[in-house]
Amino acid sequence: MAEIVSLAKAVGRAVRDGDTVAMEGFTHLIPFAAGHEVIRQGRRDLTLIRMTPDLIYDQLIGAGCASKLVFSWGGNPGVGSLHRFRDAVEHSWPGPLELEEHSHAGMANRYVAGASSLPFAVLRGYSGTGLMDGVAEPSIRPITCPFTGEILTAVSALNPDVAIIHAQRADTSGNVQFWGITGVQKEAVLAAERSIVTVEEVVPHLGARPDAVVLPSWTVSYVAAVPGGSRPSYALGYYDRDNDYYLAWDPIARDRDAFRRWLNAEVFGVPEAARGR
Amino acid sequence: MAEYTSDEMMTVSAARTLRDNVTCFVGIGLPSAAANLARATHAPGLVLIYESGTIGAKPGRLPLSIGDGILAETADAVVSVPEIFNYWLQPGRIDVGFLGAAQIDKFGNINTTVIGGDYAAPKTRLPGAGGAPEIAASCREVIVVVRQTLLSFVERVDFVTSVGYGSGPGTRQRLGLTGAGPLKIITDLGVLEPDPATQEFVLTGLYPGVSVRDARVRTGWDLAAAAELSTVPPPSAAELTALRGFTANAKE
Repeated sequence: MAEIVSLAKAVGRAVRDGDTVAMEGFTHLIPFAAGHEVIRQGRRDLTLIRMTPDLIYDQLIGAGCASKLVFSWGGNPGVGSLHRFRDAVEHSWPGPLELEEHSHAGMANRYVAGASSLPFAVLRGYSGTGLMDGVAEPSIRPITCPFTGEILTAVSALNPDVAIIHAQRADTSGNVQFWGITGVQKEAVLAAERSIVTVEEVVPHLGARPDAVVLPSWTVSYVAAVPGGSRPSYALGYYDRDNDYYLAWDPIARDRDAFRRWLNAEVFGVPEAARGR
Repeated sequence: MAEYTSDEMMTVSAARTLRDNVTCFVGIGLPSAAANLARATHAPGLVLIYESGTIGAKPGRLPLSIGDGILAETADAVVSVPEIFNYWLQPGRIDVGFLGAAQIDKFGNINTTVIGGDYAAPKTRLPGAGGAPEIAASCREVIVVVRQTLLSFVERVDFVTSVGYGSGPGTRQRLGLTGAGPLKIITDLGVLEPDPATQEFVLTGLYPGVSVRDARVRTGWDLAAAAELSTVPPPSAAELTALRGFTANAKE
C-alpha cells in the first residue's frame, strides 16, 4: 500500500545518494516539484534516467546531483538546447556527466522489459546508426531471432532504484490515476524498486475514467499531494504548459551565474508552504 | 503576388509533399508546421501521429511541442509511448515520416547528436535521437525539412543518428530497414531528390528567384542539378493565410 506523506518525506525516504532515478512524464505531467526537492535535499552521484531530460534534468544536472544520464532526446522542446546539460557534456561543469544514449523506441522498450522483469527487450531499431557503435555499450546488442534467424536489436532492461512521476489524482488509499499523454510513466513505476507519485489532488474516491491509466496503491511506495507539482509542464484538466517559462529558461541556463541565482531563488529560497505551486 | 519569407516558402513546399488521407509521423519543429499546414489546406484527411502517442491529432493551432495538450485533446486515440513505437511505427503502418535535421549528407543520413570533435568530447552537443532513427527506418517513406547551409549540408555527417541511404545503394536492404528511405529533402532554397542510380541527393526543384549556384554555394558536397529542373510555384494566398493564421495563434 502506498503511504501518503509529504513531498520532503517521500524524497527523503526513497532517494539515496548513488541511486538510479527515473523521473518520467512526456512533456505532460513532468514531476518538477519532486525534482526540486531532490536538489534541496542535496542528493549526489545520481544516475538520472529520462527519455526527454527537459528542463527538470537540466536543473538537476546544473545543481550537481547527477554523474550519469540515460536518455534519448536532450533538448528544450520548441526552444533549443539544454544549456546546463551541454555545459556538463562539453565542459564537465559542475562535474563530468557520463552518457548512455538511446532512441525513444529503445528507451520505451527498456522500460517495458524492466516492468516485465525480463533482462532485455527486442525491437527493429538502431541498425546502421552511430548509437550501435559503442555509444550506449553495453546496453544495445544485435540478437538473432531463434525462430526465423532474422537479426534484430536487443536493448537491456531499465530497472531504476526509484521512479518519480506526477499524476492528476490519487484517492485516500493511494490509488493513482492519470490521463492525457501518459508516456512511459506506468512502465517506469512498475520497473522500479521504489516509487513516488506526486498528485494534483487526493480525493476520497477515484471516479472511473475510460481513458485513464490507474496504478493501484500496492504498486506505489509514496504518494504526496503537490498541487501544481508539474509546473511549468502541464497537467491536463488542471493547468496549461507555461510556454513562456520554457523560453525564459534559455538565458538562465546559458549562464552559470544566472543559473546559480535561479537555483537560490526558485529552489532553495522557496518557503515550504509554497513548494510545488 | 504577396511577399513571403524563405522559411514560409520552405514550409509551404514541404506541406505540398503530403497527399490527402495518408498517415504521417511528425517530428518536432519545421516538420510539424508543414504537416499542420497541409492538413489546414489541401489535405484535410491527413492523419497526424506524434511520438507522444497521439494518433489523428487535429490541432486548431500550431502545437508548441510534440506533447502539446491540444494534440491529446483533439486526437482519435492517445496511446502510451511504448505502444506508439511498437504497434504503430515498427510494423510499417505509417506512410510518411516527416523529419528535421541539424546535419544531413548527400545520402540523406541525418545527424542530431554531436558536431565536431568526437562523441565523447564533441564541439557541439545536440539533443540526440528522439524518435527519428526508427521513423527513418520504418515509415514507408521519409521527407526531411531542413534549412540549407554549409554547416547543415555536408559530404558526410559527423554522426549517423538516423539512416538515409547509408553509403549508397544496397545499404538499407543490408541493414534490414523496411521503409524506402528519404524521398525528398525540402530546404529554404528548393527541393532535392535521390538519383535513382547512386542514391545521392540532387537538386530537382528551385524556388522563384533562387539559382543553382545559390544552392551549390550552400552545399558541402558537389551538388548536381537534375536535367529537368522545376521551378516550385510560390505560396498561394490561401497557403500564406493558413500558415500565418496558425503561427499567430500559437503565439497567443
